[in-house]
Amino acid sequence: MKTRTRFWKASHIILLFILSLSFLFPLYWMLITSFKLEHENSLWPPTMWPEKFTLENYVSILAHPEDTPLFSWFKNSFIAAASYSVLSVIISLLAGYALARMTFWGRKLYLTLLLIALTIPGIILIIPSFIVVDFLGWTNSLKAIIFPALSGTFGVLLFYQFLSKFPKDLEEAAVIDGASNFRILISIIVPHTKPLMLTLLILNFMGNWNDYFWPFITLYSPSMRTMPVGMATLQGRFEHFYGIMTAGGVLMAVPSIILFILVQKYYIKAITLTGAIKE
Amino acid sequence: MARVSLKNVTKIFEGDVVAVKDASLDIADKEFMVIVGPSGCGKTTMLRMIAGLEDVTEGIIKIDDRVVNDIPPKNRDIAMVFQNYALYPHMTVFENMAFGLKLRKFPKEQIKERVQQAAGMLGIEQLLNRKPKALSGGQRQRVAVGRAIVRNPKAFLFDEPLSNLDAKLRVTTRAELKALHRRLNTTSIYVTHDQAEAMTLGDKICVMYNGIIQQVAEPMEVYDKPVNKFVAGFLGTPPMNFFDGQVQLRNGSDCFVIGSQEIQFASRIKNTLTRYRGKDMVLGIRPEHLTLVPPQGQSRNGIDCRVIVVEPLGDRKDVYMETARGDKFIANINPHIDIRVDQAVTMYMDAEKISIFEPGNTGKNVSLQG
Repeated sequence: MKTRTRFWKASHIILLFILSLSFLFPLYWMLITSFKLEHENSLWPPTMWPEKFTLENYVSILAHPEDTPLFSWFKNSFIAAASYSVLSVIISLLAGYALARMTFWGRKLYLTLLLIALTIPGIILIIPSFIVVDFLGWTNSLKAIIFPALSGTFGVLLFYQFLSKFPKDLEEAAVIDGASNFRILISIIVPHTKPLMLTLLILNFMGNWNDYFWPFITLYSPSMRTMPVGMATLQGRFEHFYGIMTAGGVLMAVPSIILFILVQKYYIKAITLTGAIKE
Repeated sequence: MARVSLKNVTKIFEGDVVAVKDASLDIADKEFMVIVGPSGCGKTTMLRMIAGLEDVTEGIIKIDDRVVNDIPPKNRDIAMVFQNYALYPHMTVFENMAFGLKLRKFPKEQIKERVQQAAGMLGIEQLLNRKPKALSGGQRQRVAVGRAIVRNPKAFLFDEPLSNLDAKLRVTTRAELKALHRRLNTTSIYVTHDQAEAMTLGDKICVMYNGIIQQVAEPMEVYDKPVNKFVAGFLGTPPMNFFDGQVQLRNGSDCFVIGSQEIQFASRIKNTLTRYRGKDMVLGIRPEHLTLVPPQGQSRNGIDCRVIVVEPLGDRKDVYMETARGDKFIANINPHIDIRVDQAVTMYMDAEKISIFEPGNTGKNVSLQG
């Protein structure tokens, strides 16, 4: 019996190891390619470790701001992703709270509409969204990649779901203690939804940071590009400079990785969250 | 300190569910009022309406002389202890107790002083830096009470605060709550389904059933003079025994006929019962008023039966019996009397303690009339 348990345990570990390897290998490959000289990329069999470490690829991206205004791209991406993710968390929390806890006319209808909206593929909305954004004169401005996406319903439903199960006693105790609705939200609910808020924050940040298609069609001047759109321009029409492309990729991945490391603890907590608050 | 009064209060929930119907109740200043009843009787809804957590559909609730129907809970100056304590899990005991004072913008020093004082009173000073999850059920209960008393409110509302404690702790905490009330002298309204809690804690008790207040009186009065069959059966462990029968004239005197057995009435109620002659009624007698020998100076009000279960409880024996007709009832007898299952015995009723009710769940106690 014991050997059998040990066997299963070992096979789990091996399986997890293989899985992690398959996730990590592309990242590893991106990282080492960015430090290789260009000619090394065409060698066969490929080298698993750079023959000679070089920062040339990074230098060629960073040293030519007129062709590759990386700092502008980075700044654009960061402003857009940060504003979008923070705003979307605030809106989702407030809307989710209202839907879960307040009674108002049309609440059920609104909830149904939100659910229906969740089933509509985003790609269908690209053209109507573009027409609206263009009508508002927001094209080629960061507003185009911050505000339209705030209408997303996933976060609202996530908070609605969580807050519907939030113990009512706690809120009522706070009401008796003299707290207003807003105070209850800030002092009682927010501390319990922190993992959820941070998870949504990171998901939305990464989603916005990595988004390619929408920024590509709405932001057309080179200085207004975001990181993914900018990175795509590193790819030549007739030749590929893998070193430069991967160096760009590394620079683009760094903020997401740092953010993930910072909030990892909460991220895992939110995923394992059953929705129940334990006193 | 405050008077709380309800005048013809009704609460109807969505879907025409009547939770409380035309309830009128006066709670005097410094009084400990216990609202008791089975689950779903509307007692918690009534408390929540007093707290302001539920709207009143009809009627008036006053705290002192102010109508509070439209006043939000925070301005009613009441404190509430919830069934699950509702301690804020992310705050320490100190922060839990201080939260209400902080919101009311009390100076820091005063908050500290009040929390320390309340904690001292409840013996929880050493727990002030702990979070609720590191506390036992009893400790949480104290913190919840502490959170209520630091605010020094006009009235305390308790919503079954002992129901999550084990039996032993419940008894000790019950005594502590009573002592605390004597010390603070704050008007308290306490909801429970446990009749022992109601009897021991209340200056007065209010028995509810089906959203309707059945009786409001001092505990012993409710026990001795229940206004109807429901109240009689709800209070007391084991509960009152009921026998269906008829008031009939036998040998020139009214008596209660259960099958082939006749029970004589005490002269106290004889005249009153004349008007029920020939009607189906219910006789009620508490287990402690049934004895194996007839009470002194009384006619022999015996009822023949067979013992089915004997429960020795140390201080008494609860004996379950059955008559030939199939009526089941319980008697408390001296624990040292030898009585066995299947033994045929005659149990005697104390005629002075008999109550006669109209039939039905809430049949009126007619023996209180006249």
